[in-house]
Amino acid sequence: MPVIRTAEDGFDWRLRTPRAVLLRWVGWFALVALTVSCWQLMTADTIWSFVTDAPTQGADIVDRMMPPRWDYMAKLWWPLWDTINIATLGTLAAVIMGVPVAFLAARNTTPSVTLVRPVALLIIVSSRSINSLIWALLLVSILGPGVLAGIVAIALRSIGFIGKLLYEAIEEIDVTQVEAVTASGAGPTQVMDYAIVPQIMPAFAGITVFRWDINIRESAVVGLVGAGGLGLQLEASLNTLAWPQVSLILLVILATVLLSEWLSAKVRHAII
Amino acid sequence: MTAAAATRAYPTVWRRPPLIERTWLRWAITGGAVLYLVLSVGSLEINWARLSEGLERGWRFLIAFAQPDFVSRWDDILDGMIESLTMTVTSTAIGIALSIPIGVGAARNLAPLPVYLACRAFIAVSRSFQEVIIAILFVAMVGFGPLAGFLTLTLSTMGFLAKLLAEDIEDIDPGQAEAIRATGGTWLQLVNYGVQPQVMPRLIGLSMYRFDINFRESAVVGIVGAGGIGATLNTALDRYEFDSAAAILVIIIVIVMACEYTSSVVRRHIK
Repeated sequence: MPVIRTAEDGFDWRLRTPRAVLLRWVGWFALVALTVSCWQLMTADTIWSFVTDAPTQGADIVDRMMPPRWDYMAKLWWPLWDTINIATLGTLAAVIMGVPVAFLAARNTTPSVTLVRPVALLIIVSSRSINSLIWALLLVSILGPGVLAGIVAIALRSIGFIGKLLYEAIEEIDVTQVEAVTASGAGPTQVMDYAIVPQIMPAFAGITVFRWDINIRESAVVGLVGAGGLGLQLEASLNTLAWPQVSLILLVILATVLLSEWLSAKVRHAII
Repeated sequence: MTAAAATRAYPTVWRRPPLIERTWLRWAITGGAVLYLVLSVGSLEINWARLSEGLERGWRFLIAFAQPDFVSRWDDILDGMIESLTMTVTSTAIGIALSIPIGVGAARNLAPLPVYLACRAFIAVSRSFQEVIIAILFVAMVGFGPLAGFLTLTLSTMGFLAKLLAEDIEDIDPGQAEAIRATGGTWLQLVNYGVQPQVMPRLIGLSMYRFDINFRESAVVGIVGAGGIGATLNTALDRYEFDSAAAILVIIIVIVMACEYTSSVVRRHIK
C-alpha cells in the first residue's frame, strides 16, 4: 500500500501504486474489448427480426404448452423407468471402471508414476472433457439407438468424474494408518483392504451418490440424440410440435430431478 | 453370571463391523438392490445383430481416433470452433456480470427478505433444467444460431455463479463487515470494502471454472441447433465420417485441458 506525496498537505494513502492501477485498467479494457469483438463475430449472421420477435414467440409457446396433456402420462411410465435405469446402470458401470482408474492415477497407489499415472490421467481428462450427450451421439452412431447406448454414454462420462474425485481422496489419506497396517506385516492387498479402502469409503459413497444424481438429469436428455429414456419422447413431441406433451415431459423431468436430488441428499447425509 | 453367557466363547478372531448395523436393513437393502438389478437388466432390449455390426463400426472409430482427419472438413470445424469460443467468451462475461447482483441479492446477510426470496427463486428455476432443454426453448424463440446458445449459457452461468457467490457471501467473516458498518459506511461501501475483498479470490476461481464448463456445454447445445462445434460434430457423425469426428473431439479435449491448466495456474496465483 503506497503512500503518495501530494502537493498541498504532504501525504496521501492509496490502495495501489499508479502502475498497478494502470495495469488493471489495461487488463479490464482488454477483457471488455475481447468480449465485444467476440459478440460482433458471433452475431454477424444473426437475423435480428427473429430476435426482436422472441417475446411474442415465447408467449406463443407458453400459450400452446398450457395445459399439459395429462393423459399422455400413460405413455411416459416406461421411458421414465428407462431413464432411471440408464442413470443407475450407467453409474454402476462407471464405478466398476472408474475405481481402478482412480487407484492407478493416485500418486500413492499407482504402480508407476512415470508410465501408468499419465495414462490414467489422460483417461480421466478425456472422459471429463466430453459431455454425456456427445458420448451418446457417438455411441448411437456406433451401437445403434437404444437404452444401451445411453447406459454406455453415461458410464463413459462418469468414469472421469468418479476417477478424478476418488483419486484426489486417495491422495489425501492419512499415511499413519497405512504405516501401522504395514508394520503389522500386511501384504499390499491387505494394506489396501484395511488401511486405504476404509479411509476413502465415505468419500467414495458420497461421490457415487452425487454422480447418480447428476446422471438422472443427464439421462433425461440423452434420448434427444436417440439413446432412450424420456429424451426420446421429448424429441418425438418436439418434432411433431406437440407442445402440450412437451410441457408434461418437462414437468416429469423436473419432478424426477427434484426427487433424485432429495434422495441423494438424504443418502449422503446418512452415510457421511 | 448365567450359564448361557458363560458358554458363549469369547471371540478370538477380530471381525470387521458390518457397514449397516441392523441385520434386517442390511438384507433388505441387498435384496432390493439385487431385485432391481435383475428387473432393470431384464428390461433392456438389446438388438444383438445391430450390436455385432456396431462393434465393427466401433473398431473403425478407434482406428480413426489414431489418425484424426483435420484437413478435409477444416473450414466447417473452424467455423464451429469460432462459434463455440465466441459463445463461451460472451456468455461467461455477461453471465458473470449479471450473476453478481443476483448473488448479492440472494445472500441473506446483505439483502432484505423479499429480494432474497426473488433471487433464490430465480436461481432455483434457472438451475433446475439441463442446458440442452433450455437451448431447445431458446432456439424455438430466437431461431437457429449461436445467439440461442449464448442465451442458454448466460442463463445457466447466472444460476450457477449466483448460487455459489451467495453461499460464499453468507460465509464471510462478519467482523470485517461490522467494522465497515461501525465507521458509518453505506450499504454500497459495506459491499465494496467489507464483502468484496473476502469473496473476490473465490469468485475469480469460480469464473474460470465456469468458463471451462461453458466451453464444454457450447459443444453440446449445437446438437439442438444453437450453434457451435456440436452441430459440426453431429453432421460428421451422421455421415459416419469418424475421422473428422475424432479430429473435433481431439480439439475439444485439448482446449478443455488448456482451460483447466490456465485456471489452475490463475487460482494458485490468487491464493
